[in-house]
Amino acid sequence: MSNTISKKVLLSFSGIASDKPIVSELIRKYNLEINIYRAKIGNNEEGHMAIGVTGDEKLVNESLKYLKSSNVEVKETETGLIWDEEKCASCGNCLTHCPTKALHITDSHSRRVEFDGSKCIECLSCIRNCPFGACKSFF
Amino acid sequence: MHKYTTNSLEIKNAIQYCDFMKTYEEINNKIESGSAVVLTADEVIDYVDKKGLDEAANEIDVVTTATFGPMCSSGCFLNFGHSKPKMRMTEVWLDDVMAYAGIAAVDVYLGATQLRYNDPANMNYPGDFLFGGGHVIEKLVAGKEVQLFALSYGTDEYPLKELRTYITIDDLNQAIMTNPRNCYQNYNVAINCSEKPIYTYLGKLKPNMKNLTYCSAGQLSPLLNDPYYKTIGVGSSVWLAGAHGHVYSEGTQHASACERTENGVPSEGAGTLALTGNMKEMDPEFVRGVSFKGYGASLALGVGIPIPILNKEILKYCTVKNSEIYASVIDYSSTYPAREGDIVCKLSYEQLRSEEVEINGKKVKSTSLSSYSKALKIAELLKDEIKKGDFALSKPYKMLPVNQGMQPLNIKKQGGAK
Ligand code: SF4
Ligand code: SF4
Repeated sequence: MSNTISKKVLLSFSGIASDKPIVSELIRKYNLEINIYRAKIGNNEEGHMAIGVTGDEKLVNESLKYLKSSNVEVKETETGLIWDEEKCASCGNCLTHCPTKALHITDSHSRRVEFDGSKCIECLSCIRNCPFGACKSFF
Repeated sequence: MHKYTTNSLEIKNAIQYCDFMKTYEEINNKIESGSAVVLTADEVIDYVDKKGLDEAANEIDVVTTATFGPMCSSGCFLNFGHSKPKMRMTEVWLDDVMAYAGIAAVDVYLGATQLRYNDPANMNYPGDFLFGGGHVIEKLVAGKEVQLFALSYGTDEYPLKELRTYITIDDLNQAIMTNPRNCYQNYNVAINCSEKPIYTYLGKLKPNMKNLTYCSAGQLSPLLNDPYYKTIGVGSSVWLAGAHGHVYSEGTQHASACERTENGVPSEGAGTLALTGNMKEMDPEFVRGVSFKGYGASLALGVGIPIPILNKEILKYCTVKNSEIYASVIDYSSTYPAREGDIVCKLSYEQLRSEEVEINGKKVKSTSLSSYSKALKIAELLKDEIKKGDFALSKPYKMLPVNQGMQPLNIKKQGGAK
């Protein structure tokens, strides 16, 4: 029985690996749906890509193994947007600018702000709107 | 019995509550013995609701108030000590941010909004303003190393003309935060009625009133709990980012003669406080450099102020709720820059905190720049310090003006100033 899952992963690779058509491999070989949130690939430099993968659980896991064997660093729990909890003052200024409520208030009394990476679409508008420098991009 | 010719609410209240119950000395004695009853301005609302004003006023000794947000009129006096040979510093930069050196030989004033040398400002609009005086102050308080670069013309007794060294706050003889304007009693709510985005000290405002920004801790904010400055005055002790500081003067632009609602609470900026405290005692969590895209750099600060419950009237003021505090929504694309008085509307902090408000039938997203979460934390920290007997109150030696206006700056021809 197949079990469909979705995962956000952050891929980092050196210039050599960026020659490989890894995204089309993921689609063709593993029958995955790929959502590219953000990518930065330079000439002979390191590249990064924040993607969402959806597909059969077994195939998703195999595809990640394939990526690792192709010299791609795979971070399964991280987003390309880094929210620094220590630096966040919970001012709330980013809240109107975050389209997905990835940044949100935890409870209406304490009004503490938290970040839910699974909702982040990497639009980076919080970086531009955080006065405290709590939001940064991994790449 | 005196005859009052005015019927202001303040005087009516004074008659109603003239039974004085406690003195500063009595409250401080209780604090010292560790038996003071202390509540935050957040907790006191329900408490008084439950117990009634009379009983609560008898029980409660102190209510703690707090705020955390950007406070641009902040900075610090620093003394570096003397180099060998000595130098009369005339131009000084800390991490390339200029400090004012037009005072004694090795004293400077570093201001929160001073930009780093060569910052392109708004040349690439909107600029990022990633590092300024506020960030240097944050680094100093966090114990980090800062570069000191100084120039001088040289004198007989101060021959050195140039110096570059690295310092931390421990190397300084004094680091005294001295802020001419903090703790605005209330504050404008900023909105943008124009067709293009604007960048302000209240953040980015989207066109056509898509969002608004407010900046106050509301029911927790110090001067909203003491609207007529009955306990907060010159000499009052304050918790300034963890240091035990005090109010050294009325703040600049203190304009207490303003529109107030029936409970005495101003619906505009109104009162301000000038605060000072020893930066060496501060907690870096509450001293934070901030950058506003398109506007500039500044410093966000946490301030806590204890209110002694001397009588029922003072406690009554402390029970003010977000739903009873109103702020004026102002168009920062036209009326604000043009110094015109029109306001878009007034909203209560209860409405503002609901994340979405309605203005002229339009849904507007509402967010804050002031951190309620940090303000709550400060009110709790101050409460604990008072309960443990570590923080004493001080009676102001001069009250703040209650009926003072604010003058505009008129641009005149030479000789026009008389
Ligand atoms: S990058 Fe965009 S979606 Fe992600 S947290 Fe920031 S504003 Fe929200
Ligand atoms: S704007 Fe920055 S500091 Fe403020 S709540 Fe958002 S992430 Fe935190």
